[in-house]
Amino acid sequence: MLAYIVRRLLYAIPILIGVNLLTFALFFVVNTPDDMARMQLGVKRVTPEAIQKWKAERGYDKPLFVNGKAGGVGVVTETIFFEKSARMFAGDFGRAEDGRDIAREIRARMVPSLAIALPTFVLGLFVTVSFALLLAFFRATALDFWGVVLCVAMMSISGLFYIIGGQYLFAKIFRLVPISGFGGGLDAMRFLLLPVLIGVVSGIGSSTRWYRTIFLEEINKDYVRTARAKGLKETAVMFGHVLRNALIPILTGVVVVIPLLFMGSLLTESFFGIPGLGSYTIDAINAQDFAVVRAMVFIGSVLYIVGLILTDISYTLVDPRIRFN
Amino acid sequence: MPIQPVLLWSDFFIWLLVAAGVGAAWWSARQPLLAAAWGRVGHNRVGVAAATLLAAFALVGLLDSLHYRPQLPAKAGASPGEKINYSVEVLSLLDGLLTPLRTRVEKTYSEPLATRAYAKEMMEVRQEDGSLRTLRDYPRLRFGGAALGADEVRAPADIAGRALRALLAGVVGWLALCALVSGRLARKVGVPRREGWRRVWHGETTFAWNALLAALGVIVALLAVLVGLGGEYHVFGTDKVGQDVLYQVLKSVRTALVIGLVTTLVTLPLAVFLGIVAGYFRGWIDDLIQYLYTTLNSIPGVLLIAAAVLMMQVAIDTHPQWFATAAERADLRLLALCFILGLTSWTGLARLLRGEALKLRELEYVQAAQAFGVSDLRILSRHLLPNLMHIVIIALVMDFSGLVLAEAVLSYVGIGVDPTMISFGTMINNARMELGREPAVWWSLTAAFVFMFVLVLAANLLADAVRDAFDPRMA
Repeated sequence: MLAYIVRRLLYAIPILIGVNLLTFALFFVVNTPDDMARMQLGVKRVTPEAIQKWKAERGYDKPLFVNGKAGGVGVVTETIFFEKSARMFAGDFGRAEDGRDIAREIRARMVPSLAIALPTFVLGLFVTVSFALLLAFFRATALDFWGVVLCVAMMSISGLFYIIGGQYLFAKIFRLVPISGFGGGLDAMRFLLLPVLIGVVSGIGSSTRWYRTIFLEEINKDYVRTARAKGLKETAVMFGHVLRNALIPILTGVVVVIPLLFMGSLLTESFFGIPGLGSYTIDAINAQDFAVVRAMVFIGSVLYIVGLILTDISYTLVDPRIRFN
Repeated sequence: MPIQPVLLWSDFFIWLLVAAGVGAAWWSARQPLLAAAWGRVGHNRVGVAAATLLAAFALVGLLDSLHYRPQLPAKAGASPGEKINYSVEVLSLLDGLLTPLRTRVEKTYSEPLATRAYAKEMMEVRQEDGSLRTLRDYPRLRFGGAALGADEVRAPADIAGRALRALLAGVVGWLALCALVSGRLARKVGVPRREGWRRVWHGETTFAWNALLAALGVIVALLAVLVGLGGEYHVFGTDKVGQDVLYQVLKSVRTALVIGLVTTLVTLPLAVFLGIVAGYFRGWIDDLIQYLYTTLNSIPGVLLIAAAVLMMQVAIDTHPQWFATAAERADLRLLALCFILGLTSWTGLARLLRGEALKLRELEYVQAAQAFGVSDLRILSRHLLPNLMHIVIIALVMDFSGLVLAEAVLSYVGIGVDPTMISFGTMINNARMELGREPAVWWSLTAAFVFMFVLVLAANLLADAVRDAFDPRMA
């Protein structure tokens, strides 16, 4: 088992290097730092001196890969690639446009992001699995049919409308919760209620349909027929056999998103004014803060790869048929 | 009026796709298996109704993909031989058809079918004795219900009358169409017309004509009412700058279609080629391709798109000399967005195809072909590709709705289409604060919501019908 995990971890290294190179190419080779400077300073009135100054302030005035002027190790280390990209592996993301340390900002913003993402994830999983189980239990009845119709309709609504509509209804018309904002401690509950509810509701459509298919696939298997032939009640079959076995593909399918919960949700956080990583990313995109976007891309990929490894491990843990090789 | 045709790049791709679609339809009609599967889709009532709705959307999109520049009115006293000047504004055929909607711009917000504006204004009114008096009231709209003149109280009756007349005309036209279709079907199988009519509406035809005609009936009825009222009123109201919302939602349809369809031009070749090659050749080729898509996949989609779009913006902003008109810039930006979306979304389909190709390559017929010395390229194109076609078709229709939804979110975040381009995303983005106003301005969002919902729902329903018909596991 340990050897397996180590092997998976080693496999992640070339992928992370690939991600790093790709983002580096995207941010520094497709457009030169000069272009970025011109964009940030305004295209029209820009002097070569201003561009030089802009680049020097951010350390973009060095060569991309090889610095011939610097001696010794400096040939490699005093380059844009080393200072801006390679150092991300050590958790050093540099500074944002407003001069703040990105790594510190990220650590501080993780908590509000998780405060929304985690309850949404857990509640959403519970609600959708229960709903899917209900539909599978009453399969081929009117309940199932209309349930599926509801799911298809719900997944045809853009996430934006769930948020806009939810805010309008619960915060403006009924005045049950504040429209947006965030607070510390127990006070946060007031602010979290609506985003979590909307997050759960907007995920119902597609997830329920997906889980229902998994349940139905499981229901048609031979061991389920055997269970029924033994004279087990339908409820016993559903909860004792179908649910337990269908949970394997469901759980392993959702494990991959667990690490990504740290990243928060772009839309929810920006609409509700929650100071998490999602709104941080959106603000950076709108302000064209390349350093922050680069850092978020890197962190997102690290978390995704962690998710992949966790998925593999969880497979081997819950499904004894899979061996470590 | 003489016009100068303009071919935008996205128009070119749209019409290329239409040609490809016609070609694919002709080709699959000659493939017994594919023809049978499409026949199953045609038998599915929900699928046919959804396809009819989508066809209506497609028609709007296609009309909006024929662009031209109208001639400017000649200067007074110009000699006949003088060079003709064309407007810098690029219009489409749809714009031409919707000229009344496009040009009749109010000052600001107005409610659907309103004759007066949404907000009160200071006005000077001339009294009977000739003196001026200032008062605050809702100003009369310049165009909404203009034919009524001062006789505003008649507005509800006028609206109802126009709607009813249009509806009646629509229903009559629709009934004629139904009679025509059932008559032709009856003649084809040699039964009386009445029997043909009965068969159509009892669903006894192989192709679900009843679903098609019913969906068409709904479309015709709505269209008739919109046409009947649209010339005189703002059916969906006007937005902040006084533009007709109906015009905006109709223009949004093309953007959504371009995003949903042109993207597949990028995804499909990449996914099909790389997926099949990886699964068939295995070894280092497989490792390389797997590495490629795992790397791409491990960057969260939105962030990768955001990074790429930011870089595209830098390129566009620092090179203004690349674009002759604003429409061209917006158009190329739309295409670049399609390209970026395509580059980031081929991985799922490629993985699926790789897995399937891995299975297929072990089957007897592939091994037999290999034993006969058939070249790899031929095995890939003649033996593997046709047997993977159903996965490709299913993925194609399934992706469409996701892409339409993605466009709205991306435009909201600010990394979508050009802000000057009308799309569902920019509509929502512009209107997102309107519900907070007092009284709430609900019509822009509602119109965008309804149109987008119907488009995506129809796409999802069609995708389901196609999947049911093509997926061998379902049969």
